[in-house]
Amino acid sequence: MADVLVCKDGEIAEGGVRVIQAGEVEIGVIRHDGKYYAYRNHCPHQGGPVCEGIRMPGVLDIIGEGGIFLQQDFDQKDIHIVCPWHSYEFHLEDGVNVCDKRIRLQKFKVVEKDGAVYINV
Amino acid sequence: MDTVNFRDLSVAETDTKTMLAHADQQSVQRRYEDFLIVDVDGHHYENMSYAEIFEYIEDPVMRQQAKYQGYGGGGIASATSGGGYQNLGGRVTRNPRVNAEVTPKDTHRDITLTKRWMDAMGIDIVCLFPTPMLTLSLTPRPEVEVALARAYNSWLCDKVLSAESRICSTLYLPLNDPEATYKMVKDFAGRKGVVGFTVVSPHYKAVYDNAYMKTYALLEEANLPLVFHGAYAWGGDQSLQLCNKFMAVHALGFAWFNILHMTNWLCNGLPERFPKLRVAWVESGLAWVPFLMQRLDNEWMMRSSEVPLLKRKPSDYMREMFYSSQPMEMVNNREALELTFKMINAETQLMYSSDYPHWDMDLPSTIYDLPFLSEPAKRNILGGNARRFFNLEPVVSELKAKRLAARASS
Repeated sequence: MADVLVCKDGEIAEGGVRVIQAGEVEIGVIRHDGKYYAYRNHCPHQGGPVCEGIRMPGVLDIIGEGGIFLQQDFDQKDIHIVCPWHSYEFHLEDGVNVCDKRIRLQKFKVVEKDGAVYINV
Repeated sequence: MDTVNFRDLSVAETDTKTMLAHADQQSVQRRYEDFLIVDVDGHHYENMSYAEIFEYIEDPVMRQQAKYQGYGGGGIASATSGGGYQNLGGRVTRNPRVNAEVTPKDTHRDITLTKRWMDAMGIDIVCLFPTPMLTLSLTPRPEVEVALARAYNSWLCDKVLSAESRICSTLYLPLNDPEATYKMVKDFAGRKGVVGFTVVSPHYKAVYDNAYMKTYALLEEANLPLVFHGAYAWGGDQSLQLCNKFMAVHALGFAWFNILHMTNWLCNGLPERFPKLRVAWVESGLAWVPFLMQRLDNEWMMRSSEVPLLKRKPSDYMREMFYSSQPMEMVNNREALELTFKMINAETQLMYSSDYPHWDMDLPSTIYDLPFLSEPAKRNILGGNARRFFNLEPVVSELKAKRLAARASS
């Protein structure tokens, strides 16, 4: 296991992504709400560059009393990584697919130290 | 501490090759240069070329209307299937971004963009279809359908097919006007790159109408196949307008219209009347085929007197037709998929299709990685069957030819 330098803290803008090549592995480092997340840039579906799409909040159906549909809303607490090839969605927090928990992105540990960001590969 | 190469997406230019870099890796890993890959259903965004296409409208008044009003959304076609939100609120990024992609000036932009994604996926030949004009059949003005279909077909032949041997097409037939449909085949059969003709499935004309028989006979005589390309109708279809989600209208619509026309095709004995006419069913996935085979065979055993032209079970005729693969239903259903392949004689009747750049596109690996297929079966489905169906001269992509040469010299 090696610590791989990603960037100095702040080099990736809020909401931005840096895709790094660590040997054979392509890893997307995402900055969201000041936190860093690192996943293998490979969608388990058809192999798409999953980290190169957009991030969007999950969508909720709001159901009122008696099962009445009221509206949809964004769940700002649950941000999704959306694969740009086919829109397969994964929870940003843990990389688990939103439809099938058995499908997940490979996650890498992010370490912030001495004003820089590293991932443990 | 290791140092790394990186790409910062905030400053990256839009580029199809980069977007599909992982597809290229799959192509290299699987050695796609060893065999021909034909994509029987790729698309382009002809709306980027409306200014050119509209110049091909023969009627000067309609040409002026199109140039002033545009195509859909209040434009000249005013197709009734609007309301689609295929890009999922921005989740599918390649379509809006492609407008910013830089292409060289000496080659038509459609050719450059199409070849970029073909090369990334390892595809040698593509059969190209339009995108917004797939709903042209729903315009309430049949003369507009005819005029725009002729304009699009002429433009495609002149600007794209004549200039690029790796791109072919089955041209649009304006089914709302049977005479114009016949004339389209008469006028365009034999043009470079025209390998057949297309019925866009969402329309409200019955395929068994006697008015179409001379077109089928002409196609049979010319040895050109007929392709039914699935699509959806939303606002104008009383059943599908009950759907309030695009997922619903897409899942049903693309299969439904092909189920409808296939059923009429069989129940009116068209395979017996035109036994040499090759027919393919495109962009409806595969799951509907076993369903319809079972359903029609069961009814036929009890009601064969109603359809005396059919000498064999409906499924026997269906097994002799051709199918495109995408969007292949393959979530946790390997056993069902294998049975489906068996039921449709996939080894000889199934043709790979990507549907790129649309949101539910499939890469060649969706076929190549299936564990129940032999290597010859994979190669048939990825290219050999399409070559036979369309009578294609094989053209190997420049990129794959280079890879082969590099391997030979190493």
